[in-house]
Order: sequence, then C-alpha cells, then structure tokens
Amino acid sequence: MGFSTIVYILLLLPLIGGITNGIFGKHLPKNLSGAIGTGAIFAAFLCVFTLFNHVNSPVQIDVFNILQFDSFSLEINFLVDQLSIWMSLIITGIGTLIHLFSMGYMKEDKGYYKFFTYLNLFIFAMLLLVLGGNYFVLFFGWEGVGICSFLLIGFHYSDPVKGISNSLAARKAFVMNRIGDAGLIFALFMLLSTIGTLNFTDISERLSEGVTMQNLTVLGITLCLFLAATGKSAQIPLFTWLPDAMAGPTPVSALIHAATMVTAGIYLVARSNFLFELAPLTKDIMLFTGIATSLFAAFMALRQNDIKKVLAYSTVSQLGLMVVALGLGAYSVAIFHVTTHAFFKALLFLGSGSVIHGMHHEQDIRKMGGLKKVMPITHWTFLIGTLAISGFPLLSGFYSKDEIIGHLFEQNPVLYGVIMVSVLMTAIYMFRLYFLTFHGTFRGTQSTWDHAHESPWTMTLPLLILSVFSVLGGLLNLPGLFLHKGAHWLSGYLHRAPGMHMIIHEPADFNTTLGLMAVASAACLGVLIWAYNNYVRKGSVAKSDEALDGWEKLSNRKLYWDEWYDWMVVKPVEWLGFQMNHTVEEKGLKSGISGLGIVTGKLGIVLRKLQSGNVTSYLSWMVIGMILLVVFYLLNGN
Amino acid sequence: MIATLITQILGALTIASAMMVVLSKHPVRSVLYLVVTFFFISGLYIMMNAQFLAIVNLIVYAGAIMVLFLFVLMLLNLNKEAEPKTPTLTWVIASIAAGTLFIVLIGALKDIVLVTRPGDQVAVSNIGLVKNLGNTLFTKYVVPFEISSILFISAMVGAILLAKREKQTID
Amino acid sequence: MPTPTPINIDFYVILATLLFVIGAFGVMIRRNMIVLLMCIELMLNAVNLLMVTFSSYYNNADAQIFVFFIIVVAAAEATVGLSILILAYRQLRTIDISIFNKLKG
Repeated sequence: MGFSTIVYILLLLPLIGGITNGIFGKHLPKNLSGAIGTGAIFAAFLCVFTLFNHVNSPVQIDVFNILQFDSFSLEINFLVDQLSIWMSLIITGIGTLIHLFSMGYMKEDKGYYKFFTYLNLFIFAMLLLVLGGNYFVLFFGWEGVGICSFLLIGFHYSDPVKGISNSLAARKAFVMNRIGDAGLIFALFMLLSTIGTLNFTDISERLSEGVTMQNLTVLGITLCLFLAATGKSAQIPLFTWLPDAMAGPTPVSALIHAATMVTAGIYLVARSNFLFELAPLTKDIMLFTGIATSLFAAFMALRQNDIKKVLAYSTVSQLGLMVVALGLGAYSVAIFHVTTHAFFKALLFLGSGSVIHGMHHEQDIRKMGGLKKVMPITHWTFLIGTLAISGFPLLSGFYSKDEIIGHLFEQNPVLYGVIMVSVLMTAIYMFRLYFLTFHGTFRGTQSTWDHAHESPWTMTLPLLILSVFSVLGGLLNLPGLFLHKGAHWLSGYLHRAPGMHMIIHEPADFNTTLGLMAVASAACLGVLIWAYNNYVRKGSVAKSDEALDGWEKLSNRKLYWDEWYDWMVVKPVEWLGFQMNHTVEEKGLKSGISGLGIVTGKLGIVLRKLQSGNVTSYLSWMVIGMILLVVFYLLNGN
Repeated sequence: MIATLITQILGALTIASAMMVVLSKHPVRSVLYLVVTFFFISGLYIMMNAQFLAIVNLIVYAGAIMVLFLFVLMLLNLNKEAEPKTPTLTWVIASIAAGTLFIVLIGALKDIVLVTRPGDQVAVSNIGLVKNLGNTLFTKYVVPFEISSILFISAMVGAILLAKREKQTID
Repeated sequence: MPTPTPINIDFYVILATLLFVIGAFGVMIRRNMIVLLMCIELMLNAVNLLMVTFSSYYNNADAQIFVFFIIVVAAAEATVGLSILILAYRQLRTIDISIFNKLKG
C-alpha cells in the first residue's frame, strides 16, 4: 500500500467514526458507540505506527490544486515527515487512551454518543493540522480544533447550575483563539504575497536557495505566527481561557488542554523554524514571553483549590517552558518536552478525573484527603505523574526540563535563575496538590467518604499505561552524558524533517551539565521533603477563601488577571457597543434619517408660502423666470 | 428723411401712450390710451408697407376688442371702482423685474448682426400688400386659416356659456 | 412705391422690446383685472410689431401671416377672458385680482 493510501485511511478513520457516532449514535448502545470512537482512533494509531516504521524521508502527498498562478499557488497536500509522524503518534496514541478513559468516565452522561462524535472530529482536525503540507491545510485543522474545543468545553451547556458558565467559558476560549487566528491569517497573506507559496517544503527550499525576504517582512510573519501560537498555546496575554476551559469534562481537559490542542502552537512554530531562524527578534520575544508566562502561571497555581485549575495553570506554565525552548532555537527539545508533557499531563488529568469520578464530582481539594486508602491505583499513578512533572531525577520530565534549562543557562544565566524559580514553584504546587488530595485525613462529608471508590478498568488502564510512559519517556532523548549510543534519539530523528534547523547545542562541558542536573534534582527533592513535612507531618491544610491574605490571596485570585481584562478590554468594548446603540443608532441615525424627513417637511412648509394664490406674484415670478431663461441662453451658447 | 422722422415720432408717441395705459387711474382712460397706442402701431405698420395688417389691426383690435372692453367696463359700471393701492414692495419688485427684463433682452440682441443688405434699408417689399399676403395665406396657410374658424366658434360658445345668467336668479 | 428709408432695424427691435417690457410692468402692477387683460394685449402687440419688422426687412411673408393668427387668437382670448371676468364679478362684486387667492397653498 502506498503511503498516500495509508494517510487517507488515517485521516478518514476518525472522521468516519465521528460521523457514524453523530448520525447513529443515538440508537446504538452506549458501549458500542464508545467502542466505535475508541476503535477508530486506535486504528488510526496503527496506521501512524506503520508510517513511523516505513517512512524514512519526507513524503509529500498532493491531493489537488486549488489555485495556480505564476506568482502564487494554493494546494491541498499532506506532508508525512518525522515531525508530523511524531505528533500524530502522540495525538492518536494518547487519544486512544483518553477515549478508553471516557468510556468509563462519561458512562452516566446522556450525551454519551455526542461526546465521542466531538472527540473523533477533534482528532480528525488535529491530524489535519499536523499532517498538512502547507499552511492552508494547517489552517483548516487549526480552525477545526478551535470549533471542537468550543463544542467540548461547553458540552454541559444545559446543566442547570453551571450551564451558563460552561457556555461562557467555551465562548471565552473561542474568542481568545480567534485573536490568535487573526495572526495566522495575516501571516498566511504575507507569506503568500512575498514568497508566493504556502507549502512547507517549497518555502524552506526557496529560503535555502537564497531567496531573501525583507527583515521587516520576516519579522511581521513570525510575529503573526507567534500571535497564533499565543492564542492556541495559552501564553501571556491570551492564556486566561485555559483555566476557564476546565469547565469541560475531564477527558476533554486531558486531551485538548494538556496533550494536543495547546501544543498546536508549539508545533506551528517548530514547523516554521526556517522562518523563525531569520527573525532573531521574534525569538527573543518568544523567550521572554515564555519565561513570563511560566512564572506567572506557576505563581497562580500555588494557591488554587480546584484540582483541575491547578493542573490548568500547570499546563500554562509548562507551555511557557516549551515556548522558552522555541525561543532558544531548540525546536526538537521543545517537541521532546511536548511529548513528555503529553504523557504526564494526560496522566495527571486522567488521574484527577478518576478522583473526581470517585468523589462524585467533587473537585475542591479542601474537601479531599486521605484518598490513597480508597483509590490505590489512582494514587500511585498520580504520584508518578507528580514526580515526573516536578523533575524527579531519571523520570521523563527531568530529562526534558533539564535540556531546556541547560540551553537557557548557556544563553543567559540570569534567565536561568528566573526559570529555576518557576521550576521550584512547579514542584511546590504539584506536591501540595498531591499531598492534600491523597494524604492526611478526609475533610469532606461522611456520605462522600462512604461512596468513594476506585475507578473501573476502562479508567485505570490508561492511567497505568501513561505512568509507564511517564517513567520511561526520558529514554527518548537522553543527554549524551554517560551513554553515547542511544543519546539524543528524538533530536536525531526529527532532524531528518525538512528544514529543521536543529541547533544541537553540545553542552559546554561535562561538568556544567552535571552541575545543572544536580541543581535541578536537589530542588525537586528539597521541595518534596519540605512538602511532606508541611502537609503530612504538620498537617497544614489549604485555607478557605476568606482567610487568605497577602500573596496567597493574589495567587488564589489569579493575580486578578481576568479582572484586568474585564476592565481593560471588555468594559470598553461594552461601552462602545452601548454608545453605538444609544448614541449613534438612536440619536444619530434616527435624527439623521428621520431628520431627513423632518427637514423635507419643514422645507415644504417654507416653500408653500410661494403658492400665495396671489396672481400678481405669479406674474412677477413669470417675468423673473423669463429673465433667467434669457440669461441662461445668453451665457451658455449662441 | 421725412419718413425717418415720422417713424421716430410715431415710436415715441407709442411709448408714451403705452406708459399712460399702464399708469392711469381710471380704467376707461386706460382703454382709450390703448386705442391710441393701436393707432400709432398701425401707423408704424404702414411705414413698413404692411398695409393689410395695419388695417386689420385697426379694425379688429381697436375696433372690436377694445370696444368689447369698453362695453364690459360700462355695463358693469366699473369705472367708479377705486382700485386699492398696490403696496410699495410690489412697485419695487415690478420695476426691478421689468427693468432687468429690458436690459437682458437688449443685451441678448446687442451683438446680433441683423443687416441683410447694405444700407439697412427697408426692403422694397411688397409683401405687406393685400394681394401678395392673400396669396401666401390661401396657399401655404390655408389649413390654419380654416382651423381658426373653429377656434372662433369655440370661443363664442365658451363666452356665451360662461356669461349666461342662471334661470332662477333674478339678480 | 415708398421711398426706402434708412431706418435701422435696431430701432424697431428696441421699440418692440420696450413696449413688451411696459406691458410686463403693467401686468405686475395693476390690480384691476380689466387693465391687466389690456396690458396682456399690449404685450401681444409688441410681439406683432417685432414680427412685422422682421417680415418687412427680410422679405418674408410667413411672419405677417403669423401676426394675422396672433390677432385671431388674441380676439378669442379677450372674449373668453372677459366672460370669465363677468362671472367672477357676479360672484365677488369686485375685480381686484388680489382677492382671487383660492389657490393658496
């Protein structure tokens, strides 16, 4: 079978699964519809795996031309290369696990089949995004994931208590994404008008052949692309939608807001590496944005009390770290962190979903505690995820984070210090979350404790699989410290993708690398010990909202970021709309248009006086008219 | 030479009597002045050798139409009617309008070259003679001639219908 | 055969124009309807004079025929006009033209 057939099947599987569930899902038994959804993605995963084994050099699959002129062309084609295959592996692999999880999690939900429809369609759009061979197809996928995200966040829109806030969260996500999409469209236009093609391979070829672009143009294009990435990957200033998006069901948070959609921005920048290499200013901007985002989000997560919100801010913070890697030019390292982050973040989200499911949809950690006795599997897998994200030595997160901060240290030791603060905070809030949830005494109601139970196998199996990957994921891209043979496998693998400028920094020397590793490990272990002391031995608990003060209050209230936006953006726009309605519409347009009528009426009243009925005046007017006529003819002609 | 003088005097007298028509207070006097004006105009016609028209002017205009006017004035006893004074504003406007009209018309005609033959002489034209005029009238313009009779019939019918007294009013 | 007189045509043209303007002036000034009608007749005569002038200077008979018809129409118009005037007088007992303002808008 040719590669193109596999790619077509790969793309059609989730699409057909989604459509089947959408049309027939209502009449199918729940298990069947869930199995169709999961099966479709699993089959897609097998297709990607086949491609992974057989594709050595990039393959471009042309579907058809939309427009072809001398100056520019527009096609639909797919590019199967290492980067897209790797992303597809993550998407379909973790997607399968999450579908499996959803079969258990959403069991009591009435919209069961709708959920799987949307999930499948989301996977389809995401695959379109990563497999697209040019920005045009990518844009289709981009928009598609935006829509599916909207549908999935607001999935429980008819919930009597939270329905409206769910819809508002969905709308917020969509609008903020839209702002980023504008950047993407601008970049597309600029690319089309300067280089004349949107295909990745063509652009990188032309740039390497020596076609130069104006510095300003490249700056503009890359800034617009980064704006798009900011919207999708939740960087400052477009990140506030992600915590609100936790209103959606937990599998949605796991899939979309941990593993796949938010990494679309990272993928976009990595894919456009040949453009970003020409714009060092943009890369610096990305670096600082990433650092700022990472720092602020970590701070905000320190005193959140909803499991999912902590994880949401954690996602934003980790995305900031990935953007830092992109800003340093280490694209493959960023993809490495995407991979490991997908593993442990999906794990953490699914684990929290399991907790929520067991606690009958209670999400406040102040009402939890001591759950390790009731949910052992969830407990151990969650612990592994926490350790991974905090950078516990030898787990996957440790390696990927270490690469990033290692590169940063070489660039700028001061910034390294700042990032280490963020890493420390990550460890702090993650351990806080873990200890408060699973250790100590239970702080909820007695009936909840009696009903708390471990989750069924459909939910715990994905957790186990993901925890294995979280532990072993580091093997993908080991630093070349001790072993030289299997080191940097992922970087090497991705290096074969077209135009991927892999700045494989060789670390300064052995000592520096070892030193950095030691510092990171010490930080993690230190925080672990402190947290254990604080939360388990001393038994300190999270305070209620009113008792918070000082920096804790700032952290809990998310630094009032949403309130800032409300004051800076929403209120002026609302005011503008109000003005438009009341002033422009009612007064202006009304007095303008009906004023026209009134003026005509008044003019009529004035002109009516000419019709005096007085014959003399009529005759006088006739004479005057005669005069005017003669004058007119005199002046105008002979 | 004499003819020139006569023409000029006739012209001046025409203007004078026309002014009197407009400005005199008694309506009957206006009518009489108008009759005099018609006489002078007929005189001018004769100076231009338009004999037929001169006579027709006198017979029809001065003789019939003005008599009709006089009849109406006398029979309705309108001579005593004191016409209310026209407001000054109307005088001003009318003067200005009339003056402007005159100036404009003169200006329009100022640059027109009307010379037909050297000497600006009156054409030795026998066009105005009855025989020649009748020739043209009954050959080229015979249809309008006949239609004008219909015009007269309708005018007569209209006049009688309009002025007929209602049967019941004694008045 | 009359002797040719060296009268410029302009003389007649200006004369006719002046008569016409006097007639127009009278139309605008006078409020007695009969005098108004007479001023209209004066204007018509001014036009007749002009026409005859051109006919005689250009040796063209058409203008004199036209004068003939103008006289015809003036006669008819005077007739009908006077009968309307009599009607109006019967109703309103006055011939002041400023009373007739029923067409006032």
